[in-house]
Amino acid sequence: MNAHSSVSNETFDCRVAFSEKLIALAEADPRIVAVCNDSVGSSNLNAFRDRFPDRLINVGIAEQNMVGVAAGLANAGFIPFVCAAGPFLSGRATEQVKADVAYSNYGIVLCAMSPGMAYGELGPTHHSIEDLSWMRAIDNLDVLVPADPEQTKAAMDWAVASGRPIYMRVGRHKVPSVTPADRETAFTFGKIDVTGDGNDVALVATGTLVSRAIEAQAILAAEGILARVLNVSTIKPLDAETIIKAAKETKGLVVAEEGVLEGGLGAAVSMTLSENHPAKAKFLGVTSFAPTGSNDFLLEHFGLTAKGIADAARKLVG
Amino acid sequence: MTISVWPDNKPLDVAAIRDLPEGERAEQLKLVAKQVRRLIVQMIDTARAGHIGGDLSVTDALVTAAFGVLNISPETADDPGRDRLILSKGHCAAALYSVLALRGFFPVDDLETFMKPLSKLNGHPNRLKVKGVEANTGPLGHGLPIGVGSAVASKLSGKNWQTFVFTGDGELQEGSNWEAAMTAAHRKLDNLVVIVDRNRLQQGARTEDTASLDPLPEKWASFGWEVAEIDGNDTAALLKAFTQNRNGKPLAVIANTLKGKGVSFIEDRVEWHHKVPSKEQVELALKELA
Ligand SMILES: Cc1ncc(C[n+]2csc(CCOP(=O)(O)OP(=O)(O)O)c2C)c(N)n1
Ligand SMILES: [Mg+2]
Repeated sequence: MNAHSSVSNETFDCRVAFSEKLIALAEADPRIVAVCNDSVGSSNLNAFRDRFPDRLINVGIAEQNMVGVAAGLANAGFIPFVCAAGPFLSGRATEQVKADVAYSNYGIVLCAMSPGMAYGELGPTHHSIEDLSWMRAIDNLDVLVPADPEQTKAAMDWAVASGRPIYMRVGRHKVPSVTPADRETAFTFGKIDVTGDGNDVALVATGTLVSRAIEAQAILAAEGILARVLNVSTIKPLDAETIIKAAKETKGLVVAEEGVLEGGLGAAVSMTLSENHPAKAKFLGVTSFAPTGSNDFLLEHFGLTAKGIADAARKLVG
Repeated sequence: MTISVWPDNKPLDVAAIRDLPEGERAEQLKLVAKQVRRLIVQMIDTARAGHIGGDLSVTDALVTAAFGVLNISPETADDPGRDRLILSKGHCAAALYSVLALRGFFPVDDLETFMKPLSKLNGHPNRLKVKGVEANTGPLGHGLPIGVGSAVASKLSGKNWQTFVFTGDGELQEGSNWEAAMTAAHRKLDNLVVIVDRNRLQQGARTEDTASLDPLPEKWASFGWEVAEIDGNDTAALLKAFTQNRNGKPLAVIANTLKGKGVSFIEDRVEWHHKVPSKEQVELALKELA
């Protein structure tokens, strides 16, 4: 393992990898269908529609209907990938997700496109920042947040193979690849991917915040503070073992996510720590309805940057 | 933001339009609608973002309601008995902001901050930041239930204000609208008007190629609503519909419009849902709207 790796300049919209992978999966498995809500373009499904016109079920602007339709398809043996903007999928159709997907135990992949504050200046109605809390609260629903294109694709492979009820964020905000070259697979369900073995501080991040945590790791290393980065791509079930190990081996944890603090990754980490190995921790997230601004502007606004993470880490170890 | 010159170089007394005889009113509303369209194009140009198609299709109906019919003004913005205008299709905030600015709720120059960092003019409207905004819309299918509540309150309070709700047509695929439609008819809310911007396009395709809405007037009628189907880009027809007899029922105005109305190369084309015109296209558009 490298002490710390740097982040490349090339960045990717995970929706591109998502749509390529969905077509590949659908070619191999006739059970795979896509269900959407007038979101063909925003979910990057144009190529899927052209290739499999009959297997794209666009129900119109009707998210509750969309998730219910997916359950009916799953009941008949299909594997629906439900593709809709995160805020409307997780917010509008919460009860369908609970009753029709999770409680009914259907293998449905709920794909929350453009999550977090990806919709920037469209504002809080379009920000999907509560989704991790809402979805975590539902029993029998796995919650995934792949951090880059490789993870997105590998998580989709796992989703189909597992047949599980799954909620998965698919990022729009451009991110660099964060998957180290030596990994056998970019995504292992229920496992946190650790980069570096620094014993001063653990930087626990998910999604868009992972590359920022890796940058923070480099900033801190230059000051002699050694950090490890925990990329949490399975939010639920949480890899408690790796969290506890980090708590035992470092002086504290900084947890960062593009979402609210009430009930998301930070809350899950916090519960794990207090039950097993109480440790010092600082939680970074979206702390209010956002003002007007682009995704980058808002990440700065809430301190969800490499600098913000490094500052928090310094305070913890200092 | 620049307003091209009103007739005779005199600023239009927008507050007085509501008191004009119907024919003259319709003519002046046309002038206001043109200015609103110009402002929309300029706002989207400065922000390099926005929903130009739906802004331009709903303009005439919004202008007719706000300047020609409803009691809406900066002076009465906090008056409990004011009329309520709810833009359910909140992605068309630029149209609403232009209307509110021209009506004097805030300076027209503020429109330049549309979607800029920390601007009060967010991509979707926020009632806590902008006077005149009644509902924080953006997720489709929220305006009509709120409108029903407002119409019930109007009766309960005895203040008898009007509530006008503007929805998209694709938006009607959300079930919440039909739940609210039942409540409104059941409660005989004849102080409630829904204006459906029937431009036959939604984000990704035509409505009838996605989840068909036709026959739309019949749907509303069967839900117990009074229905008027009109040319929704014609201020005279809109005025007539907004003031027609409602027979003790809520009124649905099916406003047949062109998405992108007023700019030839934007009209009725699905790709202009939220495409941003190039600088050359902005000039062309403003020329067509001169
Ligand atoms: C609940 C919800 N789902 C999806 C969207 C994304 N969206 C924004 S505008 C739009 C299309 C709206 O079409 P229509 O109602 O016909 O509006 P118009 O043609 O007047 O722009 C969609 C799907 C949303 N804003 N809210
Ligand atoms: Mg429409």
